[in-house]
Amino acid sequence: MTSAIDTDRVVPGATEHAHGPGSPVPVQSRAERFASAVHADFPEVTGRELEWRLTPVASVRDLLDDALDGSALPVEVTDAPGVTSEWIARDDPRVGSAGLAEERAAANAWSSFEKAHAVTLTSETPVEVTIRRASPDAAPRAAHTVITARPNSRGLVIIDNSGPARLSENVEIVVESGAQLTVVSLQEWDDDAVHLSSQFARVDRDASLKHVVVSLGGSLVRVNPSTRLAGEGAAGELLGLYFADAGQHLEQQVFVHHIAPRTVSRVNYKGALNGAKARTVWVGDVLIGRDATGTDSYEQNRNLVLSDGARADSIPNLEIETGDIAGAGHASATGRFDDEQLFYLRSRGVPEPEARRLVVHGFLVEVVQKIGNAALQERLLAAIEAELAQIEVI
Amino acid sequence: MTSLIIRDLHVSIETDQGTTPILRGVDLTINSGEIHAIMGPNGSGKSTLAYTIAGHPRYTVDSGSITLDGEDVLAMSVDERAKAGLFLAMQYPVEIPGVTVSNFLRTAKTALDGQAPPLRSWVKDLKTSMEALRMDAGFTERNVNEGFSGGEKKRHEIVQLELLKPKIAVLDETDSGLDVDALKIVSEGVNRVKDNTDLGVLLITHYTRILRYITPDFVHVFVEGRIAEQGGAELAERLENEGYDRYTAGAPVH
Repeated sequence: MTSAIDTDRVVPGATEHAHGPGSPVPVQSRAERFASAVHADFPEVTGRELEWRLTPVASVRDLLDDALDGSALPVEVTDAPGVTSEWIARDDPRVGSAGLAEERAAANAWSSFEKAHAVTLTSETPVEVTIRRASPDAAPRAAHTVITARPNSRGLVIIDNSGPARLSENVEIVVESGAQLTVVSLQEWDDDAVHLSSQFARVDRDASLKHVVVSLGGSLVRVNPSTRLAGEGAAGELLGLYFADAGQHLEQQVFVHHIAPRTVSRVNYKGALNGAKARTVWVGDVLIGRDATGTDSYEQNRNLVLSDGARADSIPNLEIETGDIAGAGHASATGRFDDEQLFYLRSRGVPEPEARRLVVHGFLVEVVQKIGNAALQERLLAAIEAELAQIEVI
Repeated sequence: MTSLIIRDLHVSIETDQGTTPILRGVDLTINSGEIHAIMGPNGSGKSTLAYTIAGHPRYTVDSGSITLDGEDVLAMSVDERAKAGLFLAMQYPVEIPGVTVSNFLRTAKTALDGQAPPLRSWVKDLKTSMEALRMDAGFTERNVNEGFSGGEKKRHEIVQLELLKPKIAVLDETDSGLDVDALKIVSEGVNRVKDNTDLGVLLITHYTRILRYITPDFVHVFVEGRIAEQGGAELAERLENEGYDRYTAGAPVH
């Protein structure tokens, strides 16, 4: 068994990855990554590409290459004032309003979906919407979702995923001027589920987005949120929480693009790993564009490795194209239990397994507390407790 | 009546330079209601003794014994020692992010007693102890030791001492880094717990300052991993005046 701990590893510019169709020119900036809605525009994936090299691509060949079932994925949407839920055509202007696919699996989904699920918020009084999604079976599927928060609207949207899945999808999130939106993508899939999700957000002037990725269940779950802070004064808070058990691969490639001046971003992802071949990947790219003066950004990732045979990759990248910024920083740390914390708890009579659970719980709870929804927080704490209950004495 | 008996204790640690012996034959008996001060220069092994009693994995016991009322302490895990009635107030209490003081104390109390404390009396005891140690009620909802000042951490250790009710407590340099007001508050706390529960105390310190507020029944001078001299409170006064030179400058103690 091996246990690799990667700390503060920064990937150098451009060695082994694809750069759009057959281009020999290295991608110089994260912003210049090739994007298209067409599957055939992307070459076959070798597994050496920058965006695939940490993913077990053999397990997602069908989602990368094969025809996908693009019929509407069954959804259940809770009622809330001022919220509409509808299926829209591929040529609806809302489709593509936040971004385009940047890799082959996302493009395959984009080429395959028949209708997009659109959820639109208009209420200036905060509302809460839950989109419950469950595939009827584990056939390879494509989906497309557009969540739009109209100007000055307020709300929380929970995408609640459970059941079986082999799903490649794109989620677009548009936060129009002055709106405040929280989107939580919650992955509590069945143990053998595979899920690739590219989530694109556009945040307009003085609007703010809180985006939360919670990945607990599934065999291979890769959620890549990409946020463009497009309007002056836009803010993005990107949070993540994951807990990988034996054999699970949980990945997130986070991108924040500061385009407009005085934009603010905070990225905070925390994960725990327990069991043989528990694997997590976090890549955090922050790009501060040349017009994004006065911006303030900070990204961090922390991983707690609870057993032998687990591996966490953590790769923060920061690109700055203007000298006039308020702040920019990143941090990454991956480590084992702090033995002194355990000793302290045990010296007060707390048995070792319970001491470990308490420390992990404390580690993860920081992100949960930032979600800002009591019912969801309680539910996530219970889910974390259930994960922790399975931990053996290490 | 409880007795902690330490006999001919030899302890070493592993370092980059190999195995280093620290304790070289310690003999000590602490009974309920007694206050023993262990004084000695830096590096004499005082903290090693404290952590060995508590069972820190860094220290290897090469020979000798520690028993609590006849039970073999060295055979117990760290948490079993706490359950048996031992307590260590640490010199550098550890921060535990995301775990509130309230949750921590209740978890510890529940683990020690084998059942959750009755809510009403627990809340009252906690409040009383926090007030006595001049800790704001808001501390219960803060994370354990996170962002606490040095003095707040030490007062929090004494709150634990008061609530967890051990039989024998080892206080490892509890006085270090405290201003005179905090020193008085902490000392009052120790004296109160001793009076209320007949606690036996092993007070480890470098300075005589705390002994103005906590009167020891016995003073042991610790030099090079063993007790070089022992006496009553008057020995502390002598150390105050003469320092440790008499023990370290003369013939080496081997």
